[in-house]
Amino acid sequence: MKDNLVQYILGIADNSLILGQRLGELCGHGPSLETDIAMTNISLDLLGQVRSYYQYAAKLLGGDATEDTIAFLRLEREYKNVLLVEQPNIDFGYSITKQFLFDVFHLALLEELQNSKDEMLAAIAKKSIKEVLYHNRFSSDWIRRLGDGTEESQNRIQTAINDLWIFTDELFHQTEADKSMVAEGIGVDVTLLKANYYKKVCAVLDESTLQTPIIEYFQKGGKNGIHSEHMGYILTEMQYMQRTYPNMSW
Amino acid sequence: MKNWPLWEVFIRSKNGLEHRHCGSLHASDATMAMENARDVYTRRMEGVSIWVVPSAQITASNPENSAELFDPAKDKAYRHPTFYELPDELKHM
Repeated sequence: MKDNLVQYILGIADNSLILGQRLGELCGHGPSLETDIAMTNISLDLLGQVRSYYQYAAKLLGGDATEDTIAFLRLEREYKNVLLVEQPNIDFGYSITKQFLFDVFHLALLEELQNSKDEMLAAIAKKSIKEVLYHNRFSSDWIRRLGDGTEESQNRIQTAINDLWIFTDELFHQTEADKSMVAEGIGVDVTLLKANYYKKVCAVLDESTLQTPIIEYFQKGGKNGIHSEHMGYILTEMQYMQRTYPNMSW
Repeated sequence: MKNWPLWEVFIRSKNGLEHRHCGSLHASDATMAMENARDVYTRRMEGVSIWVVPSAQITASNPENSAELFDPAKDKAYRHPTFYELPDELKHM
């Protein structure tokens, strides 16, 4: 039970950690000062949420575990984030599409997680939801603006949608830990979020004069620790300081 | 992005106070200007309300006319209401 709860927490928090790290890459590289700050603000929001989850997981694990050991000292296969969030930024179209496809899911997940029987998870969800409401608003606005913008912006955002769509189905897969936590009334049954997710995403795409991709094969693996080739590079950069100077602190 | 118009941002730091000019930013439309203002100027709890105004809509005084506009007020101390005693509760006069 405890092990499943820890795995369940990591499954939620790792998404935000890896997406937060990806967004952090844009610091100083955003297309304009304003979007640069906006994207890194979102990154910091996500990392703040991650700290609450990891502190809780560390308490459950006991021993020497801390939020830092969980964030920085795991091996690639021990990270349980979905493949979507580890995809590279490429251009602003990809960054904001990835953000949008995640935000719609994230918001729906937290709305349900607020009702968790686990008081700590319910409290974290309640606190995080205000931030995620804004993320969702920010990324949806940009999809509309770029989709219904110039020919160039529309092409770029459509290309990003087409390429990233293949990673959306995994958001609704359940791991063994997920299933056991749903049975306990602690976890959210993500399979129930799927229909509404695609409805919401498609509505924004329609408004933005973008095409919804039609594909039958979807990528999966991240939730079980089987990641894409990008993950190793992310972890190398993210873990560098702790691996090179163990136990270093500011 | 170079073509994005400039917007002036006004923030009210708390209820009861006035909006104050705090800076400017670039945005393609009012919605974006509002979101950018929120992200750039209120990240450290600086405000409870935001106004954004297209900079082009502001008519500014010309620095060359400063002498005729402002200098005449310099020697008219009697226009300052310094002879009134204000109650302590009035903090923002």
